[in-house]
Amino acid sequence: MSAPVGAARRGHSEAAAGFLVDAERAAWHDQSLWFMRQKRDKATALPEWEQLRFAGSALKTHAMSRLADLLEEFERKATANGVVVHWARDAAEHNAIVLGILHAAGVTRVSKSKSMLTEECGLNPFLEARGIEVVDTDLGERIVQLAKEPPSHIVIPAIHWKREEIGELFHRTIGTPAGESSPDALAAAARVHLRDALLNAGAGITGANAIVAETGGVVVCTNEGNADLGMHSAPIHIACVGIEKIVATRDDLGVLLRLLARSGTGQPVTSYTTHVNSPKPGGAMHVVLVDNGRTARLADEVMRTALHCIRCGACLNTCPVYRRSGGYSYGHVVQGPIGAMLAPAVDLDVHSTLPFASTLCGSCADVCPVRIDIPTQLLAWRARAAAAKRLPRGYALLFPLLGWVLASLNRYERLARWGRRIQRLLPPSWISGRWNPWTRPGRALPLLADESFREWAQREGRHT
Amino acid sequence: MRVALAVPCYVDQFRPQAARATLALLERLGCDVRLDFDAPCCGQPMFNAGVVTAARAAAENWVRQSSDFDAIVMPSGSCTQHVRHHLPPFLGSGTAAYAAKVTYELCEFIAGPLGRPTLAGRFPHRVAMHLGCHAQRGLRLGGASELHQPLDGPMHSLLAGLDGLTFATLSRPDECCGFGGSFAVGEADVSVAMGCDKLADLDASGAQVLVSSDPSCLLHLEAIARHRGSSLRTMHVAELLEEATR
Ligand code: SF4
Repeated sequence: MSAPVGAARRGHSEAAAGFLVDAERAAWHDQSLWFMRQKRDKATALPEWEQLRFAGSALKTHAMSRLADLLEEFERKATANGVVVHWARDAAEHNAIVLGILHAAGVTRVSKSKSMLTEECGLNPFLEARGIEVVDTDLGERIVQLAKEPPSHIVIPAIHWKREEIGELFHRTIGTPAGESSPDALAAAARVHLRDALLNAGAGITGANAIVAETGGVVVCTNEGNADLGMHSAPIHIACVGIEKIVATRDDLGVLLRLLARSGTGQPVTSYTTHVNSPKPGGAMHVVLVDNGRTARLADEVMRTALHCIRCGACLNTCPVYRRSGGYSYGHVVQGPIGAMLAPAVDLDVHSTLPFASTLCGSCADVCPVRIDIPTQLLAWRARAAAAKRLPRGYALLFPLLGWVLASLNRYERLARWGRRIQRLLPPSWISGRWNPWTRPGRALPLLADESFREWAQREGRHT
Repeated sequence: MRVALAVPCYVDQFRPQAARATLALLERLGCDVRLDFDAPCCGQPMFNAGVVTAARAAAENWVRQSSDFDAIVMPSGSCTQHVRHHLPPFLGSGTAAYAAKVTYELCEFIAGPLGRPTLAGRFPHRVAMHLGCHAQRGLRLGGASELHQPLDGPMHSLLAGLDGLTFATLSRPDECCGFGGSFAVGEADVSVAMGCDKLADLDASGAQVLVSSDPSCLLHLEAIARHRGSSLRTMHVAELLEEATR
């Protein structure tokens, strides 16, 4: 939510250019994420992988087609299990509900395990402004929290931080020795630091990777066990969930959880997959079901399948553009290909350049465990951006003109002849240089051939 | 069979030798190739930029030409993908559906309708193959690493059949080169960064020749190579096959 302000306003391309100024860091970022992609490749080399993807896609389609029924079934079952279920139309309602629960119980310290939904709703700044201390307990999330930054990746929030920098940050904020950068030592220090926050929190907030209609249960996956510690050590557990996270049955989970871990981190299964169906003895459990634009997306026939996303992050890791432009260039809580199609649905004006931050190479669609056709939707968003007069700079001038020229063989051939003449007359330095986006970043100008194919064919008498 | 050679605008202007090689090759393979396909562009640049209204006239023009032919061959995977997958829903006409059915990328046409998955020829060089993403994941003319498929496909089989040709192995064989049409200019910095990484991968592989079925990828990579003073030789697959089988 607190995504870097400048990014969206400047547009993806400018923000990405800023990221690329430090070429060494950009290369390192690319390598780190490509490593994740390779882990994914190894973990998904299963004979039944493609069948699993079809199954995952089908069960999401099914769940989304029966969303209202399944949510009501979930509410009935969860309530019967002793869970309090809340419904939030938008981010503001979500935050107010969470605050209400905390106020009612007199809680002033909260531990939170990684949840992109609470990021989406801007829960941390909201609670902090009201005097409630929030400690993110996922290590990566804690790092960006200490640095007062939003996550730069939906699964690996601090992927843009090098360990030496984390050492320095920890030295400044939690008092590790100066110069300490060994991952083991830093993790151990974070563990001590977080344990204190976990044990002394009045409530534990978690996200959910899925909620199950059949059981009324919440499923949370982490690799650090922090969600389990958070929800079990505090008297109150609040799970904040987007409504699209619902699945019909526990059997469906078997498919989704395999897809999630293998696609996201290349693990056969996440280290901790916890099913919580009811409050602990003497404790309270709340589930906040959040819409925040999701039903509107469901009504959009073209973009609907975006709701299938299980936030595995595989499309980010594989995306050649994300890897080379960094998470902050997207200016949105969800980055990469999936972010580029979710963000315009939130606000097309602010995020209009994101659908253009893609070569439409299609790699994201091929890694997506639930087979979301991301390139096709990005293309559809581009057309909508054009219809809303929100094209990237230059597009609105260039492309209508190009269309006019290319619609007629005559105009096209005449323009090409002119181009050749100009190319012959003008010194190359006039048409390359800082103003020309083709040549500015390190590309030579492609030259028009002395004779086009059509001219050749005519000259040879081949044009019949 | 009336085969039209449809030459996309940028090939016509920037790499006519790819079109001439395509023509020579198809004729050598016994096709009666017609050059009166009189539309300069299928509308892809405007369409992919989201400016669909500006894409319509060009696309309609393109599709109208198609009805006179039994097959339309293009030395470009991305244009073929646009015609095949985008034009029928975009124009919603019977002619668009027909065009989609009879339009082929060159290697696809040689290996498919012409029934020549290999050609006799010789090309004693170390070659790195680059499929454009639209050919690879759009038309499925090559295996995708994401789907754990081997890299083969019509272009691979045509190249693999040549005497003396060895393949250079890239560390990221099917990573996008960064061209992406309007992306190359709209996101110039990322585009060039991707191209530079591709070239570094190519250098490390010891490739002498970079071959692609998409002149647009070559245009972009060549422009970066030229800027860096690299001597990598780029060839459109038609140029390579034509030279090898001459
Ligand atoms: S769109 Fe697909 S690949 Fe990307 S995060 Fe969502 S589920 Fe994963």
